[in-house]
Amino acid sequence: MQAYLKLDHIDKVFTRGNATTEVLKDINLTIEKGEYASIIGHSGCGKSTLLNIVAGLTGATNGGVLLENREVNSPGPDRAVVFQNHSLLPWLTVYENVKLGVDKVFARTKSRAERDAWVMHNLSLVQMAHARDKRPGEISGGMKQRVGIARALAMEPKVLLLDEPFGALDALTRAHLQDSVMALHQKLGNTILMITHDVDEAVLLSDRIVMMTNGPSARIGEVLEVPLARPRKRLELATNAGYLKCRQRVLEFLYERHSFVEAA
Amino acid sequence: MSMPAMKTEMPAVVTPPAATAAPVVTMTPKRAPRAAAYARMAKETAARVVPPLIVVALLLVVWELICRRAGSSLPPPSKVFKDTRELILDPFFDHGGIDKGLFWHLSASLQRVAYGFSLAAVAGIALGTLVGQSVWAMRGLDPLFQVLRTIPPLAWLPLSLAAFRDGQPSAIFVIFITSVWPIIINTAVGIRNIPQDYRNVAAVVQLNPLEFFTKIMIPAAAPYMFTGLRIGIGLSWLAIVAAEMLIGGVGIGFFIWDAWNSSHISEIILALFYVGIIGFVLDRLIAGLGKVVTRGTAAN
Repeated sequence: MQAYLKLDHIDKVFTRGNATTEVLKDINLTIEKGEYASIIGHSGCGKSTLLNIVAGLTGATNGGVLLENREVNSPGPDRAVVFQNHSLLPWLTVYENVKLGVDKVFARTKSRAERDAWVMHNLSLVQMAHARDKRPGEISGGMKQRVGIARALAMEPKVLLLDEPFGALDALTRAHLQDSVMALHQKLGNTILMITHDVDEAVLLSDRIVMMTNGPSARIGEVLEVPLARPRKRLELATNAGYLKCRQRVLEFLYERHSFVEAA
Repeated sequence: MSMPAMKTEMPAVVTPPAATAAPVVTMTPKRAPRAAAYARMAKETAARVVPPLIVVALLLVVWELICRRAGSSLPPPSKVFKDTRELILDPFFDHGGIDKGLFWHLSASLQRVAYGFSLAAVAGIALGTLVGQSVWAMRGLDPLFQVLRTIPPLAWLPLSLAAFRDGQPSAIFVIFITSVWPIIINTAVGIRNIPQDYRNVAAVVQLNPLEFFTKIMIPAAAPYMFTGLRIGIGLSWLAIVAAEMLIGGVGIGFFIWDAWNSSHISEIILALFYVGIIGFVLDRLIAGLGKVVTRGTAAN
């Protein structure tokens, strides 16, 4: 397998006046096509910064991101992002929010009717077709995040970037949405890079878990393969030895070797 | 089993509830009779309308009592009404020159405000966007704006008369220069406050600058823009009356000045009443428009 997405020697230094903070140091990571990779770490370790660098929203100080052997350094629909707080435009309906991206990406390749059908297809994928004319203010948090996922999927990204996509949701909704994302990944075979701070979520969803050390100068501490067969069932995994072992490994990494140091 | 829902049922359909009724309470949507709905609406309206009416009536009584005695410098309301009956009943007469009904004076003033304010809205939103978007534009222009906006409207009038050599464009310019500052400043604040999230979305979707402006900036900053527009229209209306007193011709400002020169105090009072009402309506108009346009923006 060749590297589909490659993070090549990425450093990130923030400079404010005379003070410089090195956030990320020498991040190397390759992700294969169709793989579901998660990045986990304590808050403030720079994992969101890393995702923003992959998305092109923030520039890397050194190093770069290669997607299919081509360097990418500006944002684009080939690396669609599902933002933590959904980031739907409140003045547009659910349908229009998804259509915003579709109209740009498929302006030349799809006719108006095809684009309309494509928007509705993606809304149905996340079971939100019924709310097409609602505004974000009129639907629940979980539904907003579904629409956010539909918006990202509808751009047919090469890599789907999830920035703590379930962080702002209650536990039940979160579980429900995790199952949806798993089903979508199974069905569409997307390459997914997800940021999370939830150990169970990482183990349940990922093929590989990238564990980051604490910042400043955060590095990749360890990469853990999750050798669990798909499709995975939440309830069955709860007693699965392989699942528990992976979970144990991540917990040890996060709470023993790199326990969170509270910034005073 | 005396559920309140049962009581509203018609007596004919009362059925004895089964002894082993499942603990599921069916909430039948209560449909209030139409008459009751109207009665409630009337009550709500009355609650809002009656208190100000009482206050106005009280003020009129006090005013009447104070100004009724002989030798009073201001007329009591009864005299105002008697003096201005013709003006109130026939606002559309036109005897040529400036001897016109109040409608024509008001419409002339409103026209000037419409021109000046429209120009101010366009220029203000454009400049506000520039200042909100570009740090250098802000550094360059903001100090200038902060100084210029403190200049009273009428202070601009002689200068604009010198420049335009005509009353009409001068009045429009005064409206413009008065109302443009709050529009600029509020628009700039709105643009600066666009959440980074929306900018990120636009970047990922790769909107071009024009699309970013129309699809993200304008809707996101619209509530701020309308705050500016609302302050602006209020200031325009304040400025037009003063400006018209000086430039003369047809217009409510000059009507007031003319009435003063002819010692028709009652006419002044009537004109003030109209000026107040129209200012209020203009404010509501912009507020209502803002509500329609920014629908959904606030609900995040």
